Amino acid sequence: MSVTEQGLLERDKDTMTLNMGPQHPSTHGVFRVILEMDGEVVKTAEPEIGYLHTGIEKNCENKRYVHVIPMTDRLDYLNPPGNNLAFCLSTEKLLGIEIPERANALRVIMCELSRIASHLVWLGTHALDIGAMTVFLYCWREREMILDLNEEVSGVRMMTSYIRVGGVAKDATRPWLDGIRDFLDYFPAKVDEYERLLTRNPIWLDRTEGIGVFTREEAINWSLSGPALRASGVNWDIRKSQPYSGYDNYSFDVPIQTNGDIYDRYRVRVEEMRQSRAIIKQAMERLPGGDYKTPDNKVSLPARETLHTSMEALIHHFKLVSEGISVPKGETYVPIEGARGEVGFYIVSDGTNVPYRVKLRAPSFMAIPGMCKAMEGCYIADVVGIIGSIDIVMGEVDR
Amino acid sequence: MDWITEILNVTWNFIVLFLNENIPLVVGSVKAVIIAVAIMSVVPALVWLERRLMGRFQVRLGPNRVGPFGLGQPMADTVKLLFKESIIQSSADKFLFHLAPAVVVITAIAAFAVIPFGEPFEVFGQTIEMWGANVNSGILFVFAISGMGIYGMVLAGLSSNNKYSLMGGLRSSAQMISYELTLGLSALSIILLTGSLSLVDMVRAQETYPFILVQPLAFLLFFIAGIAETNRAPFDLPEAEQELVAGFHTEYTGMKFAMFFMGEYINMVTMSALVTLLFLGGWNAYGLPVWPIVSFAVKVFFLLCVFIWLRSTFPRIRYDRLMTFGWKILLPLCLLNLMVTSTVKVIWFP
Amino acid sequence: MTEYFYISLFAVVAIVVVGALLALSTVLGPRNPSPQKMLPYECGIIPTEEAKGRYPVRFATIAMFFIIFDVEVVFMYPWAVALGELKLFGLVEMAIFIIILGIAYVYIWGRGGLEWD
Repeated sequence: MSVTEQGLLERDKDTMTLNMGPQHPSTHGVFRVILEMDGEVVKTAEPEIGYLHTGIEKNCENKRYVHVIPMTDRLDYLNPPGNNLAFCLSTEKLLGIEIPERANALRVIMCELSRIASHLVWLGTHALDIGAMTVFLYCWREREMILDLNEEVSGVRMMTSYIRVGGVAKDATRPWLDGIRDFLDYFPAKVDEYERLLTRNPIWLDRTEGIGVFTREEAINWSLSGPALRASGVNWDIRKSQPYSGYDNYSFDVPIQTNGDIYDRYRVRVEEMRQSRAIIKQAMERLPGGDYKTPDNKVSLPARETLHTSMEALIHHFKLVSEGISVPKGETYVPIEGARGEVGFYIVSDGTNVPYRVKLRAPSFMAIPGMCKAMEGCYIADVVGIIGSIDIVMGEVDR
Repeated sequence: MDWITEILNVTWNFIVLFLNENIPLVVGSVKAVIIAVAIMSVVPALVWLERRLMGRFQVRLGPNRVGPFGLGQPMADTVKLLFKESIIQSSADKFLFHLAPAVVVITAIAAFAVIPFGEPFEVFGQTIEMWGANVNSGILFVFAISGMGIYGMVLAGLSSNNKYSLMGGLRSSAQMISYELTLGLSALSIILLTGSLSLVDMVRAQETYPFILVQPLAFLLFFIAGIAETNRAPFDLPEAEQELVAGFHTEYTGMKFAMFFMGEYINMVTMSALVTLLFLGGWNAYGLPVWPIVSFAVKVFFLLCVFIWLRSTFPRIRYDRLMTFGWKILLPLCLLNLMVTSTVKVIWFP
Repeated sequence: MTEYFYISLFAVVAIVVVGALLALSTVLGPRNPSPQKMLPYECGIIPTEEAKGRYPVRFATIAMFFIIFDVEVVFMYPWAVALGELKLFGLVEMAIFIIILGIAYVYIWGRGGLEWD
C-alpha cells in the first residue's frame, strides 16, 4: 500500500502509461495490456497474463483420464466440445482404439454447433467493442438455441463434457436431432441479418479495414492459427490437412481472405459459421446407426442392463468406475481445429490411470504476443478491435 | 391588535398592487419555473423511452417490472442512486469535481429557456407566450449556452485525475468545438432564409413549407453535428464505454453520475427541438388538424426516436475519423452550402 | 432585460434542483471511505502516476483552429441577417471573405494541421 500512502507520482514524460485491464469491459476477460500512450496513439503494448490462473494443467496430473474431461471444458469455455475432443483424441491415440462411425458423426455435430456458438459470442462481443450494441443481442438470441440443444443432449448448457474417451456420453435424442434440424433451417437467415448490419456499414468498414494487419509471413511467424491465420491468406485448416473424426467425409470450404486485417478476420469467421452449418447438415443427413461409443469395455462402461446378466460386464464396470482407464505408456499430441485455431493436448502417460503430464496448445495464448505487436501504432479504439478480432479466451491462456 | 392588522393590510395591498402592476412578470416567472421543472421531468421519461425502445430494437423487453410498462423504473433508479455512496477519490480536485456535473445540468436547462414551442395565446386577458424567454438572438443564445456545457465534461475529465477520464475530457473538448463550427455554419443558411436570429421568426417563416425541403444538405449537416454535440452514438466518444470505460464520468458515482445523464438527455431534447424549429417547421402542422404544440411535440418525439435508433444501429466512429470527418468533409460542405444559398438568395430572390 | 430574467430563473431552478439532489444524496448515501476505494480507477491496477501531465500538442492546435474559424463564423451571423439589404455587395464581400478563409483552410490542410496521427 505504499502508493496510497505516498500519493501518486508526478507524470513527467511525454507518454502516458495506461493500464488496460484486467478490469476493463473489452479485454475479453481479465487480459491486461500495459499501453504506452502518446495521446490517443499506442506506442508500445505489453501483455500481462495470469489473472485467471486456474492450475488446470497441473491439476490434470492428479486426475484420472475421465475426470480430466470436465476440466478441459473450463479451458476454452466458449468452445468446450473442441477441448473435450482434443483431449479424447490424444488419449484414444495412446489407447489405440477405433471410434464407431456414429460417435464420430455426433462429435462432429457437437463440435460444429459449438464452433457456431463460439463464433456468435465472438461476433457479438467484437461488435459491441466497436460500439454496435444490437448485434450483440442478436447473436445471443441464436446462441441461446445452441445452449438449449446442449442441455437437451448432455444435461448441461455450456460445460457439456459430452465427448468422452471412446465416444460420446449419451446417444443422440430425437428432440435434439429435431432441434438441430430446426436450427439449421433458421440460422442462415440470421447470419445474413448480422451481415446486413455490419458487412457494408461504412463505420464498421472504417473501424476494421486496414487495422491490426498481419501479413502472410507475420501471421505464420507470430504462430497465429485458425481464422486469424486464414484471414492472412494461409490456407491451413486442420480439418482438411490432418482430418480427424471423419472430417474428410464432409465437403466444406475453408474461407480464406488475404488482407489479414480486422475486417478479413470478421469475414472469415462469419463464413465459417455458414460452413459449420453445412457440415452439420451433411452429418445429420448421413448419421450412421450403431454404437455411440466404443464397445471396448476397458474404455467405456458396459450397457446398464448387461450388469445383471454378465459377470464380465460387472467386473469391467467395477474396474472402470473404481480405477478408470489405464493408458499405455507413451506420449502423443493430436491437434484439432478449434474455434480459435489449433487446439491440442500433449499427453505424457506413464502407463497408469492418471496422466503424467497434460499440456495444452492454446491458440489464444499463442496469439497474444502477435496481437500486442499489432496494437503498436494504433489508436486506443483499435486496441479493443484487435483484441476482439483475435478472439482470445482467457480460460485457455491462464490455465 | 389594530396595528398588526394594519400592517398585514398594507402588506397585502402592496402585494396585490405589485402583482396587478406586474402581471406579465409574474406570469412569465411562473411559466419559466414550470418549463424548467417540466424539462427536468422529461428526463426520466426519456430514459424509460430509450431503454424500452432499445429493448425492442434488440429483441428483448427492456424494463417492465416497476409499475405499468416499467414506467416506474427511472424513479426507482433515481432513488437507488440517491442512496449510493458518493465516492470522490482522494487525488481528485474536490471543487471542480463537484462543479462539473452541476455545470452540465445548469447549462442544459438554461439552453432550453429560449426554445419556443407554440404561438402565443390569450387566457383571462393575458397573452401567454409558449416559450420561456424570447430573446431576439435565440439561436446564438442556444449555441453559446450549450457551448458552455463542454466545460462540464472537460472539468470532469481533468478533475478526476484518472487517465481514462482525462482522455474522455480531451476528446469531448476537441469533438465539441469541431462540430460546433458545423452546427453554426449549417444554421447560417436558415438565418439567410429568414433574415432573423429569433427562433420564433424562423418558425413563422416556415408557414408554407418547412426548410428541410429547400435546405436538405444543411439539415443533414446540422443533424449530424447535433448528434456529435450531444455526445450520442455513433459520436459518443467521450464516454465510449468499451474503450475509455466511461470516459469523463468514470470516477463519478451516485447522483453526480446521474446528473451527467440528465444533462445529456436535456441536451438531446434541446437539439431535437432546435432541428424541429429550424428545419421541420416548428409547430406548423401544414393543414393537419392538430394543435401547434402537438405538432411540435410529435416532431421532437420523432427526432428523439431517431437518436435512439441511431444508437442501436451504428458502431462507434473512431476518434481521428471523427475529427477528419468534421474538419475535412462537414466544414467544406457547410461553406459550400452557405455560398450557394446566399448566391441563390441574392440573385434569384432579392 | 425581463427575458434574461426568465432565463436566469431557469438557471436558478436548475441550481436549486442540482443542490437539492446533491444535498439529498449526501444525507442519504453511506460514507465508508477506504484508501483503496479512494484510488483512481485504472482497471483494477493501483495507479503509479498522476493522470495530469503533458498531453500532445495537437489538442491545442485544434483549439486554435476552432478559435480562428469560430470568429469568422461570428462575423457571418450579422451578415446573414442583413444580406436582404446588402444585396450583391454583401454577397461579393462575403465571397471574398470566404475565399480568404478558404486559403487559410487549404494551408492548414496542406501543412497537415488536420491530421490526427
